[in-house]
Amino acid sequence: MTVVLVFLAVIAVIIAWWLAQQRLASKPWLEVGHLHDHRGNQPVPAAKIGLAVFLAVVGALFTLFISAYFMRMASSDWSPLPLPRFLWINTGILALSSVTLHWAKLEAERQNDEAARTSLLVAFAAGLAFLVGQLFAWRALSSAGYLLTSSPANSFFYMLTAMHGLHIVGGLAALGRVTLRTWDAPIDRQGRLSIGLCATYWHFMLAVWLVLFALFSGWANDVVDLCRQLLT
Amino acid sequence: MAVVVILVLLAAGSVLFHLLSPWWWTPIASNWNYIDNTLIITFWITGFVFVAVVLFTAYCVFRFRHRPGNQAAYEPENKRLEGWLAVSTTVGVIAMLAPGLFVWNQFITVPAAATEVEVVGQQWLWSFRLPGADGKLGTSETRDVAPENSLGLNRNDAATLDDVIIEGGELHLPVGKPVKVLLRSVDVLHDFYVPEFRAKMDMVPGMVTYFWFTPTRTGTFEILCAELCGVGHPQMRGTVVVDTEADYQTWLAEQQTFSQLTASSDDSPKAVTVVASSAQ
Amino acid sequence: MVDVRSGIGEAVPPAEVEDVELYHPHSWWTRYVFSQDAKVIAIQYATTAIAIGMVALVLSWLMRLQLGFPDTFTFIDAERYYQFITMHGMIMVIYLLTALFLGGFGNYLIPLMVGARDMVFPYANMLSYWIYLLAVLVLVASFFAPGGPTGAGWTLYPPQAILSNTPGGKDWGIILMLSSLIIFIIGFTMGGLNYVVTVLQGRARGMTLMRMPLTVWGIVTATVMALLAFPALFVACVMMLFDRLLGTSFFMPAIAEMGEQLQYGGGSPILFQHLFWFFGHPEVYIVALPAFGIVSDLISTHARKNIFGYRMMVWAIVVIGGLSMVVWAHHMYVSGMNPYFGFFFATTTLIIAVPTAIKVYNWVLTLWRGNIHLTLPMLFALAFIVTFVNGGLTGLFLGNVVVDVPLSDTMFVVAHFHMVMGVAPILVIFGAIYHWYPKITGRMLNEALGQLHFWITFLGSYAIFFPMHYVGLVGVPRRYHDLGEAAFVPESVHSLNAFISVAALIVGAAQIVFLFNLVWSLRHGREAGGNPWRATTLEWQTPETPPPHGNWGKELPVVYRWAYDYSVPGAPEDFIPQNQPAPGRVSHEAAS
Repeated sequence: MTVVLVFLAVIAVIIAWWLAQQRLASKPWLEVGHLHDHRGNQPVPAAKIGLAVFLAVVGALFTLFISAYFMRMASSDWSPLPLPRFLWINTGILALSSVTLHWAKLEAERQNDEAARTSLLVAFAAGLAFLVGQLFAWRALSSAGYLLTSSPANSFFYMLTAMHGLHIVGGLAALGRVTLRTWDAPIDRQGRLSIGLCATYWHFMLAVWLVLFALFSGWANDVVDLCRQLLT
Repeated sequence: MAVVVILVLLAAGSVLFHLLSPWWWTPIASNWNYIDNTLIITFWITGFVFVAVVLFTAYCVFRFRHRPGNQAAYEPENKRLEGWLAVSTTVGVIAMLAPGLFVWNQFITVPAAATEVEVVGQQWLWSFRLPGADGKLGTSETRDVAPENSLGLNRNDAATLDDVIIEGGELHLPVGKPVKVLLRSVDVLHDFYVPEFRAKMDMVPGMVTYFWFTPTRTGTFEILCAELCGVGHPQMRGTVVVDTEADYQTWLAEQQTFSQLTASSDDSPKAVTVVASSAQ
Repeated sequence: MVDVRSGIGEAVPPAEVEDVELYHPHSWWTRYVFSQDAKVIAIQYATTAIAIGMVALVLSWLMRLQLGFPDTFTFIDAERYYQFITMHGMIMVIYLLTALFLGGFGNYLIPLMVGARDMVFPYANMLSYWIYLLAVLVLVASFFAPGGPTGAGWTLYPPQAILSNTPGGKDWGIILMLSSLIIFIIGFTMGGLNYVVTVLQGRARGMTLMRMPLTVWGIVTATVMALLAFPALFVACVMMLFDRLLGTSFFMPAIAEMGEQLQYGGGSPILFQHLFWFFGHPEVYIVALPAFGIVSDLISTHARKNIFGYRMMVWAIVVIGGLSMVVWAHHMYVSGMNPYFGFFFATTTLIIAVPTAIKVYNWVLTLWRGNIHLTLPMLFALAFIVTFVNGGLTGLFLGNVVVDVPLSDTMFVVAHFHMVMGVAPILVIFGAIYHWYPKITGRMLNEALGQLHFWITFLGSYAIFFPMHYVGLVGVPRRYHDLGEAAFVPESVHSLNAFISVAALIVGAAQIVFLFNLVWSLRHGREAGGNPWRATTLEWQTPETPPPHGNWGKELPVVYRWAYDYSVPGAPEDFIPQNQPAPGRVSHEAAS
């Protein structure tokens, strides 16, 4: 559970940092009047905060899965799984999707609506391609005899890729909706916001995938071992 | 006003119930009277706090209940008072925690002289294994559990052969000698629980857990299962008998070892090897 | 007083918080059923939670019948008994308490108390309820599925939970239970995002964090914890579903069930326990913190006095919230985990006692020199203090690792957690309903029925759970369908068990009085007016009662003061609403 405790510590630091700016030590009974409210007049859009909180929840979810992975790994029946080469290509595709989405965001901010739409479409297609690629990776593994139940490492691989895939599916649904909405009307403030949110979500899912990939390929273990050595 | 009377009665009644009720723990039969002592300290501290808070509440309600013309005081905080309360609470907590941790350290530090006894749980009966002449328990594996080897012992381990096996019977222990109880389960979670010994620990399939204690008086005690293990959970009972050394030796001499048991249940030694190899 | 108030006498400012465009319902369906109004959603949540809670109450009756009078009710066999305890526990903890505090009170009170028109994501908020309802229906479906609901105990510990000789283990019971939890968590996340972001972004002008009522502090802190802790349950449920349906071995070691080898191997039951309690312990505080917050407001309002030590109360909520994420393994002292963890977890657990105790002190110090109106909400708040202190103190037994050893898995534990997270929070829920019912419906609940309900519930539940500690102290284990004969158990324990059962039946029956009161007062209750308790917080200052969709009429409220300006010296009334501009205070300034 160390991994999830580290994650919680990060969240706790963020919360503490934010609370530190909220004058929690002030004496509210001495302050009358509305001027004690120091919030600006241009609040961050609620959707942005909402996404950030949601990503914290998703982060907790994957961190807990990873904690479980490490704890289960301590069992004697653990044997690592050879990763199909294919996954490198998938990683590239997901990264491409993330980059184009970021580009879409920049273009939308520059009011180049056409370019933004094109890159939205490319990002969507790349996201879809990533999912198909993951399915191919599953097929490659299972035809090579690495079935879901044959080893705990396999079980984790299938389960975690499925979990990540489901989050990508959800992201694609949102992205598809945004793409359709911005298709024939000029991209307004709301549209730019939505594209930006999609991009954030996509970067996050890319980061999650990179962590998972590192985990499956065993690098994460090396990092953990290194940390352990540094600590002892 | 009724509420004031009831609150006072509640505090007094709780204390009287505690003092007068016939329901108290069963007399101890192990060295863990430290645990009982820590419990008593905790009772004193928490009992005092409970009575104090309830009586104070009752007093406030009595003294400051609404009457025409009353006005409440305006007092947002009182740092000194809050500070004092926080500090005294901390002291109270330390007074409970410190002995607790001290005793816990004893609880998990098994004395070197302790003899090992294995208890195996399965739905819904207890089995026991003693190390036998060599003083060592042989290895075991849930995968090796079979009708004629219900504890899953490793037949290829020389240390296993002289292990004394008691299936479904009584466990005997000599009085005054520390025992390390090794706990194992072949199916679901169980928990080896003898109220008189105070100690207990879950048995988890796939791992060996332990606790230790020294029986301090002879007698017959009931073993219960304290971790939900299915519909037969309440019926999973056993017996542990604490004997004098002489009685214990007599009892021990009557028990069968693993090799004796397998010899009596198997037709030929061949069957043993078949089972052993199929379990690989 | 040395401190001087500041900011007095400024001009009335314009509304600077951006007003929101609300969804306008067009039909009866979108107004009352698929409504995006947080208040309607709150009532939907509360109704569903209470309905399913009544099922759990009936289950507890059946369990107590069996425990008090074994061998009398033959239809309660071991299998059914374990199904009842499992469903009772899970329903009460998650589908009643969590849903009612966060989905019910959270939805109703957060927007009103912070001065918002609605939650920030009304559509997701609506979905949250419908997904919750689906989760409840899936759970209820398991009563009718072949094999019945799961009987694995509410902790669902593997391997037992998914083995074939456990009730519901080989059939649908456990699958429906796990699926229902997964659905619940998805639904909750949608609601939870709303509660947090509404508090972050939706507060009215002037509503600083330190001006928020403690109810909002309690609910929002609990929501943050729930958002971080529920994923652990989600992970545990997904992995167990994999083990059960697809044959993986995440939690399942090699097992010889009744002598027969199963296809599992290498998994770790302890891993499940860690995940479960990583959720399960914060869950206790997810229920307790909203109760802490609400009871603070009840006490303050009905004692006509500001809550004592408001800042300390806020800090305590935050500290308890943080600490409770790192105490989970105190549920696992005798689970066979690394025994050295015991030192750490016992210490963190007992540290929590300090901020919790401070909260208790501040509640009773709020009563000190107050002007205590013994209204129903106040009575329930007093009863909460008694039961919570009792249950909290027995927590010090169980949290102190070595004292837990003899007491764990006995009826002492059952008595402890029922007192501290069953009785105490439910008393707060009742108090809160008596308090806010006038705002929700415009009418008061009937006082006489309320008194009857209060006394039976409070004294009855104390009579159930206080003696139960002593049953555990004797050594009677929990989760025994039938204790049978045991040498260390004196005969009188059986009589005590019968007494507890009778008390449980009476307390359960008293809830019918409450439900009747809820329905009867809808039409026949006394007209309440907008602010019957003369309270300061914003929800009592709405232009209309009950508040319509949008809450505030044309203009959002502006907040000028904290939530506890009761009995301010020199003020004409013994309360000053939060949205009342400064002049109400001028005389006080002169006085200081």
